[in-house]
Amino acid sequence: MAEINLVEAINRALAYEMAHDPSIVLLGEDIGVNGGVFRATIGLQQRFGSERVIDTPVAETAIAGAAIGMAAMGLKPVAEIQFSGFIYPAIDHIINHASRLRHRTRGRLSCPMVLRSPCGAGIHAPEHHSESPEALFAHIPGLRVVVPSSPSRAYGLLLAAIRDPDPVIFLEPTRLYRLFKQEVTDDGEALPLDVCFTLCEGNDVTLVSWGAMLHETQAAAHGLAQQGILAEVIDVATLKPLDMKTILGSVAKTGRCVIVHEAARTAGYGAEIAANLAEHGLYSLLAPVQRVTGYDVVVPLAKLEYQFMPNVDRIVSAVRKALEAA
Amino acid sequence: MEIVANFRVNYTQFLSPKGDVTQSLPDFARDPAALIPMYSAMVRTRLFDTKAIALQRTGTLGTFASSLGQEAIGVGIASALRAEDVLLPSYRDHGAQFLRGVTMVECLLYWSGDERGSDFSGPRGDFPNCIPIGNQVCHAVGVAYAFRLRREARVAICIIGDGGTSKGDFYEAMNMAGVWRAPVVFVINNNQWAISAPRSIQTAAQTLAQKAIAAGIEGHQVDGNDVIAVRHVIQEAVEKARTGGGPTLIEAISYRLGDHTTADDATRYRDPDLVRQHWALEPIARLRNYLVRAKAWDKDQEDCLLKECSEAINQAVDDYLAVPAPATEAMFDHLYATLPDIMREQRAMALRFAPTIGERHG
Repeated sequence: MAEINLVEAINRALAYEMAHDPSIVLLGEDIGVNGGVFRATIGLQQRFGSERVIDTPVAETAIAGAAIGMAAMGLKPVAEIQFSGFIYPAIDHIINHASRLRHRTRGRLSCPMVLRSPCGAGIHAPEHHSESPEALFAHIPGLRVVVPSSPSRAYGLLLAAIRDPDPVIFLEPTRLYRLFKQEVTDDGEALPLDVCFTLCEGNDVTLVSWGAMLHETQAAAHGLAQQGILAEVIDVATLKPLDMKTILGSVAKTGRCVIVHEAARTAGYGAEIAANLAEHGLYSLLAPVQRVTGYDVVVPLAKLEYQFMPNVDRIVSAVRKALEAA
Repeated sequence: MEIVANFRVNYTQFLSPKGDVTQSLPDFARDPAALIPMYSAMVRTRLFDTKAIALQRTGTLGTFASSLGQEAIGVGIASALRAEDVLLPSYRDHGAQFLRGVTMVECLLYWSGDERGSDFSGPRGDFPNCIPIGNQVCHAVGVAYAFRLRREARVAICIIGDGGTSKGDFYEAMNMAGVWRAPVVFVINNNQWAISAPRSIQTAAQTLAQKAIAAGIEGHQVDGNDVIAVRHVIQEAVEKARTGGGPTLIEAISYRLGDHTTADDATRYRDPDLVRQHWALEPIARLRNYLVRAKAWDKDQEDCLLKECSEAINQAVDDYLAVPAPATEAMFDHLYATLPDIMREQRAMALRFAPTIGERHG
């Protein structure tokens, strides 16, 4: 077993699955010779050839559209959009076709594709490189939306996403790409999609998060533990479809919930979780649900991005508020 | 100054509007009798369009897009394909779809608002109608790439309108196909109208075919009202793609003699005189004139064909009307391969609160 970071885990998962399934092709900008701007696909074109690891023209619409055509014909394309801010030209195809092809042909055709894209702020990247668009996709029927938060979960969830028979949007937090390493067994074992992961157990408060924000959320939980407050930390991992059972089960135990996400607050995915808690878990709650989110502003350029992103202090403050109530 | 590159756009026609042969016919058209299946298919498509519009007007069909005047394009395309090729149609291409094995019942079901109409019993790999303009051009490139990767001798062919050539999808897809030398044929049904927008406001380009040149692929114009010419140029492009020669763009020039759809009224924006002029160019009378002069067709055969088509269409309408409404749960059960747990409650609710037939609106 080797210790690897998240971007290496992505690379291992792609390599493992390509070696075992000849129907997998990768396509995207700079993913071949250059190995991707984040090196997620490094070495794969040399290993699997330029027919299966395709350097495309700079054309996000056609990347998404061609992936749909490939998927409908029995290939399993994994398309990369270079940065989340460039994903919008692809959305037309994802919403109008990828998510609907199975339904509108009554299962005659389907679309087993993965659209990978980096997401999130915190690496001092230029404009349009730091967005968190998960809620846009989570709103769309027919899709799955996955955001990994560690190397081992990135490995297992990406394998699951590729093997899933329906389209999956796989958003990779750039801040985690090289933030820490973890032992990952490169054994082709997929993790289950459609379930949340409980990262640590506690009885006092439930912290729900996903992606890069789990880094701060876990740090907050660690700090609180030193003060005797035991938080249960849940990694949502697959936002759509949402595993509310795990979250409701935890809140039934703790009675308090803080949801943490980097994307802007209004109509963010935290609202969906909070609404589900109100519908199905209200009588378990001892305090109002708290949301700790990015502000409803344009993601600032590098000099202010850490003022935008939720930090440990904000999370701890929200937990205190949840604990103070009743 | 020196010229660094030179391009040309060819135009192909075999039959003049009056049905006179304008140049030596291709092999498949040497025997006039061999053209009768294409003639019959065009007639059937036109009669189907007439019936579908009548059904819409009497409330037994939803919005429908007629192909009146453009029958040669669909029939010419489908005549040039093999069963294992894949058609990616727009929403005006039932003329091609019928020859591919899509049934008239399926077409009527689709336009009545029933997804089962896109579960084609015949061409299982063909794409469903593409309603958003131009998206299918991108899908066709991916379809073609899959064929090339697996070394299959198959071709993807997509059809868009003249309006679709203004979309970014069209440019991106052609450009990508050129780089990949993908086995794909792009066909433009240039019927000269995108709802109310005439061809002149879509582009300042002299031809639509020349848009291929920037993508590094061949672009040809063809008389889209001459089914012999359409089939010929498509066949050449398809065989070129099949044998590794890469993509081709074909602009088939025709005219939309009807409204955009049954929800449209073209008299609001189009001079009826223009339409009358274009009736002189339409494809069915043109081929009939040729066949009659070649003594391959007569009035008895025409009457017989019209009777056969009408009977088949009426039967299809009866069959369509006899199809029971789709089950409520169908909207859930085909969305994912397996319905996610969190959606079970919504599915149960849909079943519980589904209105009975008598309570439905509209």
